[in-house]
Amino acid sequence: MSNTSGKTPKLDKLDKGPWPSFVKEIKRAAEKSPMSKDLLGQLELSYEEKIGHWKHGGIVGVFGYGGGVIGRYSDVPDKFPNVAHFHTMRVNMPSAWFYSTEALRKLCDIWEKHGSGLLNMHGSTGDIIFLGTVTDKLEPIFAELTEAGFDLGGSGSDVRTPSCCVGPARCEWACYDTLNLCYDLTMHYQDELHRPAFPYKFKFKCAGCPNDCVASVARADMSIIGTWKDGIQIDNGAVKEYADKGMNIQKDVCGNCPAKCMEWDGSTMAIDNSLCRRCMHCINVMPKALRPGKERGACIMIGSKAPIVEGALLSSVLVPFMKMEPPYEELKDLVEKMHDIWCEEGKNRERIGEFIQRVGLGNFLEAIEVEPSPYMVEHPRDNPYVFYEEYFEEGDEDEGEEEDE
Amino acid sequence: MSQDAKKRVTDIGPPHYEKFLPEMVKKNYGKWLYHEILKPGVMVHVAESGDKLFTVRTGNPRLVSIHTIRDMCTLADKYSNGNLRFTSRNNIEFLLTDEANIDPLIADLKAMGFPVGGIGNAISNIVHTQGWVHCHSAATDASGIVKNVMDALCDKFESMSLPGKLRIALACCLNMCGAVHCSDIAILGVHRRPPRINHGILSNICEIPSVVASCPTAAIRPTTVNGKQSVEVNEDQCMFCANCFTVCPAMTLSDPLNDGVSIWVGGKVSNARHEPMFSKLAVPFIPNNPPYWPEVVETVSKLVELWAANAHKYERMGEWIERIGWPRFFELTGIEFQKEHIDDFKHAGLSFKRSAHLRF
Repeated sequence: MSNTSGKTPKLDKLDKGPWPSFVKEIKRAAEKSPMSKDLLGQLELSYEEKIGHWKHGGIVGVFGYGGGVIGRYSDVPDKFPNVAHFHTMRVNMPSAWFYSTEALRKLCDIWEKHGSGLLNMHGSTGDIIFLGTVTDKLEPIFAELTEAGFDLGGSGSDVRTPSCCVGPARCEWACYDTLNLCYDLTMHYQDELHRPAFPYKFKFKCAGCPNDCVASVARADMSIIGTWKDGIQIDNGAVKEYADKGMNIQKDVCGNCPAKCMEWDGSTMAIDNSLCRRCMHCINVMPKALRPGKERGACIMIGSKAPIVEGALLSSVLVPFMKMEPPYEELKDLVEKMHDIWCEEGKNRERIGEFIQRVGLGNFLEAIEVEPSPYMVEHPRDNPYVFYEEYFEEGDEDEGEEEDE
Repeated sequence: MSQDAKKRVTDIGPPHYEKFLPEMVKKNYGKWLYHEILKPGVMVHVAESGDKLFTVRTGNPRLVSIHTIRDMCTLADKYSNGNLRFTSRNNIEFLLTDEANIDPLIADLKAMGFPVGGIGNAISNIVHTQGWVHCHSAATDASGIVKNVMDALCDKFESMSLPGKLRIALACCLNMCGAVHCSDIAILGVHRRPPRINHGILSNICEIPSVVASCPTAAIRPTTVNGKQSVEVNEDQCMFCANCFTVCPAMTLSDPLNDGVSIWVGGKVSNARHEPMFSKLAVPFIPNNPPYWPEVVETVSKLVELWAANAHKYERMGEWIERIGWPRFFELTGIEFQKEHIDDFKHAGLSFKRSAHLRF
């Protein structure tokens, strides 16, 4: 009933069904917001014509920031004047997306006053996404957000808003404090986050264990994945409890171990931790009986990204194990060296993973002063096209030394 | 320049997370012992202190109005001391200290039309992008397909009947803001027509060297059209990535006749059992068919059913396919294996079958 400017028969079909409906949400916002009403109308047009009706983003923002706002304009502004300008604001979420109702209500009030009343909880990178406002409102929104203790997130070629899993706040598997690292990195890189100066975007994601609930291995230029060095902690009594309740320990747990490094004889669980790959399967299925070891830290991986430009990449190991304790100097030193070489030699719109592919991981390691390690590769190269960097000439003192050894 | 810039606050960053942690979380931070799934969408975390924190997880369309957020706040005030959080897959979690509040909360959520589930061996929420709702480069709508697919699979969100976890994601173009490339099932919007170039305005609004450099296959060259500087595209080399459009609005790829979605399978990000994997192409193209996208819903449902019926316990889609082999996968699904399934981008040879290990 809220839609008076035009009928939306196609979208109306999606406001029922068991899953919560985005159409219902837009209609709810449209009861008070002419912007949301026109959004619904324009979306109906897209459903009729099977094509989007948004123009390329323009350059808009708040004073002194180069990121955090994405300009958005309708290509049918005559039909839907209230979404002629419909910009996005990215608001940096708190670590692990914990909120008080007080804070959420405050955000809703700001957005009711100045925007469409529609938002994404959350965007793909993790920000709170305010969908739809006009240029004149950007500064007032920003003022009210900072008053409420919030700030904008990243966009463009900058440090993107770091994100993290629920971590030690509510997970027994967290191998380091993901919330703290996420907050620390976000604060440390405020300038890099708000003022794009990189070849392209740079994402941090902090996962507390190899289950990687924030998909860092696929979606972060730097993936910080919690792990442990010593042995899995075993409570044999609790293993037995799982067995007594009907779990087939041999088949479901040991049989699924990728390293085949565990055995259960009915009373004792034996794990050869030197072969354990820290995959988490056994711990996942018996959380009461098995726990990650006590010597905890993180594996630092680098370079993942979606396909654009040169193809999708997964992150790969840079530092197999690093202690993760504030103030995280070792990690920040590493990041600084990486950013230096990438900013100096990276091409426009070249993610760091693609940069490494282009210059070679070996050369990259030299630039950031990290020693090569077999942990970094699936296997050594299997082609003989080696870029040897030195050769002897006749008369060199070292000539022939190898033969004498 | 601005006079009030002095009073203006910048670079304060997000609020410190500690402000929003429930009291019980603060007390037991880093001291959780184990957790148990009590029923679909409900789990308990037990701390070393003996404290118990109950989580109730509900679905969320992600695109929400402030009114619904306020409704969720009302529930959180009523049942969880004003504490709630969102998950990395856009579910909403209420954090309860009183077990007696679980069922009344679930009843209220269901009355509002919000299903409870997504924990354990279930389908979680579909990570997705903006689509036609708010993006300039979308080849399909995101929210619409997600709504239809989740309507069809909602019972698998609300139960724990599957062999293992199932993660579906949708991105409305190859930019993949939703980074769908490591999902059990990925729905990916694709263009299939080379860019149509607006030569009249191109040199006014685009930097020609950037446009040329943007093409991963070097298909774009500078040229002059009617006396104006512009570019030309070698259409045989175009694989419709829309990277040129990202840097230059005068090169449009969107096209109602040729845009649609592709379906990918077998990716994962977790390290459990098998290492993380990319998703692989299952269905090269399905045309956009709003508002129901029935062909997409049918394909995804069928994939889920086949996997559910054939996978071993805990086995993710990709692990199952690896066990049975791709020929068997195509045979079981009835999907026709076509030229498009064979990689022809960089390092394509690595995906060719390079052994005589064949299952007949």
